[in-house]
Amino acid sequence: MPEAISQPAALFPSTGIQAQPAWREACVAGALWSVALCIVGLFAWMLGDLMLRGMHELSFDFLLLPPEDAGRAGGISTILVGTLALLGVALGTALPIGLGSALLLAEGTRTDTPFGRFVRRSLDVLAGVPSIIFGLFGLAFFGQFLGWGWSILSGGMTLACMILPLFVRTSEQSFRAVPLTLRQGAAALGLSKWAQLWHLSLPCAAPGITAGLILSIGRALAETAALLFTAGAAMRMPESVFDSARALSYHIYLLAIEVPGGQDRAYASALVLVGLLLLINAGAVLLTRQFKHRLVQL
Amino acid sequence: MSRPSFSSFPSGSIADRDILLPYAAGEYWQNWGDQVLVWTLRLCASIAALVIVFILAYLCAQSFPLLGQYGQDGLGGLDGITRFFTDLTWAPARGQFNLSPMLVGTLCATLGAILLAAPLGIATAIFARFYAPAPIIKIVHGVLGLLAGIPSVVYGLWGLTVFVTWLNTYHPPGFSLLVGIGILTIMVLPTVALVSESALQAVPREYIVGGFALGCSRWQVVRSIVLPAARSGVMTGVILGITRIIGETMAVAMVMGNTIHMPDSLFAPVRTLTAHIALEMSFALGDHRAALFTAGLLLLVVVISLVLLADRIQRGAAHA
Amino acid sequence: MGRIIPTAVSVFCFLGVALFTSAALAAPLNGHVILAGSSTIQPVAEAFGLAFEKQHADVRIDVHGGGSSVGITAPQTGLADIGMVSRPLRHNETRQLTFTTFALDGIALIAHASNPVGGLSKRQVIDLYTGTATNWNMLGGADAQVVLVNKEAGRGTRTLFEQYFDLAEQVVSSALIIGPNGQAILTIAGNPQAIAYVSIGAAEVSIRRGLPIKILALDGVSATQTKVQNGTYGLLRPLSFVTAQPAQGLAKAFLDFVLTPTGQRLVMQHDFVPAYSQIAQH
Repeated sequence: MPEAISQPAALFPSTGIQAQPAWREACVAGALWSVALCIVGLFAWMLGDLMLRGMHELSFDFLLLPPEDAGRAGGISTILVGTLALLGVALGTALPIGLGSALLLAEGTRTDTPFGRFVRRSLDVLAGVPSIIFGLFGLAFFGQFLGWGWSILSGGMTLACMILPLFVRTSEQSFRAVPLTLRQGAAALGLSKWAQLWHLSLPCAAPGITAGLILSIGRALAETAALLFTAGAAMRMPESVFDSARALSYHIYLLAIEVPGGQDRAYASALVLVGLLLLINAGAVLLTRQFKHRLVQL
Repeated sequence: MSRPSFSSFPSGSIADRDILLPYAAGEYWQNWGDQVLVWTLRLCASIAALVIVFILAYLCAQSFPLLGQYGQDGLGGLDGITRFFTDLTWAPARGQFNLSPMLVGTLCATLGAILLAAPLGIATAIFARFYAPAPIIKIVHGVLGLLAGIPSVVYGLWGLTVFVTWLNTYHPPGFSLLVGIGILTIMVLPTVALVSESALQAVPREYIVGGFALGCSRWQVVRSIVLPAARSGVMTGVILGITRIIGETMAVAMVMGNTIHMPDSLFAPVRTLTAHIALEMSFALGDHRAALFTAGLLLLVVVISLVLLADRIQRGAAHA
Repeated sequence: MGRIIPTAVSVFCFLGVALFTSAALAAPLNGHVILAGSSTIQPVAEAFGLAFEKQHADVRIDVHGGGSSVGITAPQTGLADIGMVSRPLRHNETRQLTFTTFALDGIALIAHASNPVGGLSKRQVIDLYTGTATNWNMLGGADAQVVLVNKEAGRGTRTLFEQYFDLAEQVVSSALIIGPNGQAILTIAGNPQAIAYVSIGAAEVSIRRGLPIKILALDGVSATQTKVQNGTYGLLRPLSFVTAQPAQGLAKAFLDFVLTPTGQRLVMQHDFVPAYSQIAQH
């Protein structure tokens, strides 16, 4: 956790034997602060702009009513449900497979075995596949070959393929970061691999995994091109995973680009998406805390 | 720091990490439950690895109608491939499929954006890890998480209404490589920053504490101890960033103008490979469609070479 | 015994067939129709779907995008029941597919509201898009470089535009390529020197919403829905539904509904021109 690392400075206050002049330190700190300020400022500008353009369309009705007139009237309730369902399928698939792969890459195999290298390189390449290609592949494989058509299942699986590399890489990093001493301790105690995984690796790596998860969720929620051909565009309330559902980002895209006079609603929907993301982030952080408690209890 | 040694495990070509992990060697997987676990993990990894194989196979199959044609121009066996660089222009109706302007467009945009995003992203990560007070860290994290989740179409819309309009007053038409690079930088910054930060977090605490104990200043610790130790993780972040930039579609298509032209200045409108596929796939049939799949394949080739290059760099660094 | 079984079987068969036919005759429509294709048609098709579902409670109409090429291929591969195509069909396509044109979409040249040029001749448009005219002062406007906006190769609107002006091979490659109507209109609204062509309906809606764009007259004929409908303004494209075989059952009921006055009223609400009157004229 970030707090843990800022402490050394406090624990070991400057002793006065600095080899570097203080002004250089100040310059670096100033530069870093200004970069951070710029980024936060840019974000504030963008969010402010979104709010300026979309806020007046936002209301409880907007969240609770189904869309009408191609989204120019009504709300986005069915689209929110569809989006969450898509996200559920995507995470339900990518989370176990991703964690499994990350664990294998981090602990279960030597980095230089052909299999380990193959998996790692495949994932690196997968990370570079443009989302539109995922969409076309999803249409051909999940939609046509497996016969799922335009559905939440097709779309969710396509998203899962897409977020997999990002999630695996970030999780792998966090598993590798589990302190060596703890691992050696576990091995010395003769803990089974399961026990070590459950009591040591997962809790220790939880913050990093959460960061990866949040990035993946963000990526999945923001995705349009991969869903165009897989999840479809139905605005009806989905009844099963075999129904088509329109994702919020795709709805934003259609409103912004295809529906004349839909821009304000597009901005309002974008605000909702950002809000949703905030909620999910908060939830993930809470979950991480719970998980870290287990480590303390061990 | 002295490295613990396990003499019973073979060393030699095995990377450092594996020597440190006793259970990486076969005999640790003894009990039945652990066997189940390791095979489950292998299954997961195989599935994850096979996705790209499937995608590659699909792309090849779809682009075969064009790539498979050869010997027609009397240029020998390769004109099925070389035509994508030697054709006069891109004019699908006339059977001309030159992809080089788009390839150059992609490379320029990627280069420009990563040159901006990598230092900014790493700086943000260092800031959040070593310089920011706790409440500011939370703000920075929140902002990065949100930036990562804003749909690219919103970035595109915003870029279109704010930056393109602004640039148009100085350098019409405003749709340009420059605006594209700017938007891509903002989009990819969170990825680079968050992944780099987790790499910085992975640097053992003892190193850092040791550095401070030696009387190093904060920046000295960061520059001489943390960054070298986290090099491979930071590199991962940058590569993820690059691949993300290359793959970005909607925002780029909205602000870069999409003209099929070799870019000759920062203010020139250009078309990237992804935008090219996204723009025309909806209307393409037959050979035109196959040519677009070939563009997808080309994109993958670029990505694969990048990944291999990065791999080599990392291994070179590990050996040094 | 040997005779009873075949008799019983035939009785059951008869009963079954009788039951089935009576059910088919009496039962309300039910089932799923999947539409896919042109994103231009998508909003109006969704409206058709909603209205049709209101009339038949057990019917589900799903509308997906993907573009006109999906509209052509999806009915053939069975991925969709009905394809949506917003361009004139090519010869080999009319042979393989059955199509129902339900609306017309006029195409207008648009420019920024502050642009002094109010209309263009056919010749001037050709000069613009072949690269002969590059400055607005050559067209009676201010001294400013023209920012030309075109659409993707293959898009219905562009195909039609090139056919109408007979541009085919000489279109300039330096034009910006901005396909969707909404985005092209936004571009024009933010760029005083730009010119583009979009659906008249989309342009009119945007003007009503206060965006600073204006519709240019072509050869002195103002581009309006009425002029498209009575045939005075000739730059237009058909919007069609496509099926692999002549439509049957539910799909046919849906296509019939689209051509009823109720359906055609929806066409007008979405700022397209109903094909109804046009069919009557031809």
